[in-house]
Amino acid sequence: MTGMREFINELYVRESRRVFSTLVRLLGDFDQAEEAMHEAFAAALEQWQQYGKPASPRAWLVSTARFKAIDAIRRRSQSERMQDAVVRRVDVLSSINAERAAHDIEDDRLRLVFTCCHPALSPEARVAMTLREVCGLTTEQIATAFLTTPTTIAQRIVRAKAKIRDAGIPYEVPSPADLPERVASVLAVVYLVFNEGYSASSGDTLTRADLSAEAIRLARLLVTLQTGPEIMGLLALMLLHESRRTARTTPEGDIILLEDQDRSRWSRALIEEGRQWIKRSMKSGTVNVYALQAAISATHAEAATSAATDWGQIVRLYDSLQAIAPSPVVELNRAVAVAMRDGPDAGLNLIDAILARGDLAGYHLLHAARADLHRRMERKPQAVEAYERALELAQQEPERRFLRKRLRELNERD
Amino acid sequence: MKYMMLVYTAEDAYVGGEREACVAESVALCHELASKGKYLAASPLHPVSTATTVRVRDGHRLTTDGPFAETTEQLGGYYIVDAANLDEAIAIAARIPGARKGTVEVRPVFELLGLPK
Repeated sequence: MTGMREFINELYVRESRRVFSTLVRLLGDFDQAEEAMHEAFAAALEQWQQYGKPASPRAWLVSTARFKAIDAIRRRSQSERMQDAVVRRVDVLSSINAERAAHDIEDDRLRLVFTCCHPALSPEARVAMTLREVCGLTTEQIATAFLTTPTTIAQRIVRAKAKIRDAGIPYEVPSPADLPERVASVLAVVYLVFNEGYSASSGDTLTRADLSAEAIRLARLLVTLQTGPEIMGLLALMLLHESRRTARTTPEGDIILLEDQDRSRWSRALIEEGRQWIKRSMKSGTVNVYALQAAISATHAEAATSAATDWGQIVRLYDSLQAIAPSPVVELNRAVAVAMRDGPDAGLNLIDAILARGDLAGYHLLHAARADLHRRMERKPQAVEAYERALELAQQEPERRFLRKRLRELNERD
Repeated sequence: MKYMMLVYTAEDAYVGGEREACVAESVALCHELASKGKYLAASPLHPVSTATTVRVRDGHRLTTDGPFAETTEQLGGYYIVDAANLDEAIAIAARIPGARKGTVEVRPVFELLGLPK
């Protein structure tokens, strides 16, 4: 019966996180849920091979895990009074809504996401909990992706679970009043996971690409759970970034600027999907930061060559972004777009105005942008000075290599 | 006059059976005070790792993990509330006027058995 073993393995990959999230609700405890779920899958392997698989494998797993958990509580509880109370609670909880099982299970996944991304947990704990409990990654996998040790990640998860238990973080979809703050927290976690996998920093690039894929998978799950226009915007943004993954670095890991990328290597399928999500996001609600950033990315994606880019459109999108979420970084990006539309002089004036105000003086990308505009205007000394300032401030090795290369090219010019 | 007594200790200050001894001594003290009509309420708190900080600025609620750690602000008052869960506690904390100028630290109370009613 190797067929059954394969079936159960596939079922585990497909269903285990769903079964788990329901069990967390029924049992009120992450560790008990995890243990009971594994016992249920082990029981399935034993019993289904003998008697055949049940009509609804998922319901069978949930109900078997529930009995396993009740057994474990009975075995372990010291006080009989407490034991009875827990068992009664589990019985009551799990018999409620038995008929609405499918709907509940989708809700359970959402409950799990909101609990793992609760703002009362530290941002690092939210990321670790989401990857471990929602995505089902092992602590070793998370540790490798974040260039840390499994012990660190395991401790982070243990502490987060203790806080969830002791501080009373609920396993619920938040009330409408809390929803904006809580959705923002979930999206920040998803985007952080994506960027960790996308940034050109050191580390095993394959593992880090997996992290981006995981973030996209999570966002796809969230859009099916209907959490509003922002998640659609974020999914679009990640798909559009992802469409350029292989084109944005050389095999050696050196940065290739957008204008120099081989556009035939951009994934048209991901771009198209991203554009669809932008449309749906813009249609379904108020304009949001993620959808606007995605729209900027899509404008680049639509241009057949760098020279054909619609910079006017990009400046307008940055104007909208600045209106709903003003920040010096948005202003800087807008200045670069203005330079492309109206010439380097116009952009440089805007950047110097940001600096004169005292903003972003320690931000390497501002100095890199200034350097590039001076370079375009053939002002070598100013360009060299700004590149050197950017190099002093840049942390990531691929960025430093890029800046050194530009400096070298400038110095070789005469 | 009513007085509030705030107890500060390092979390690793108690070793071996010292914590249990501290609890027993505190419960005894509470009963002694209650017999003289001087007891109002007392309770240990869960460790600082369970703390959540709530601020309200420009009408927006900011919830963060961890204890309050600003040295320029001083403890100015307290609330003890019975909430269904942390979300409800945070919602209440955000309505405390002090949350708009200062900070409200939300700490779960450790339910100790055997204290006077």
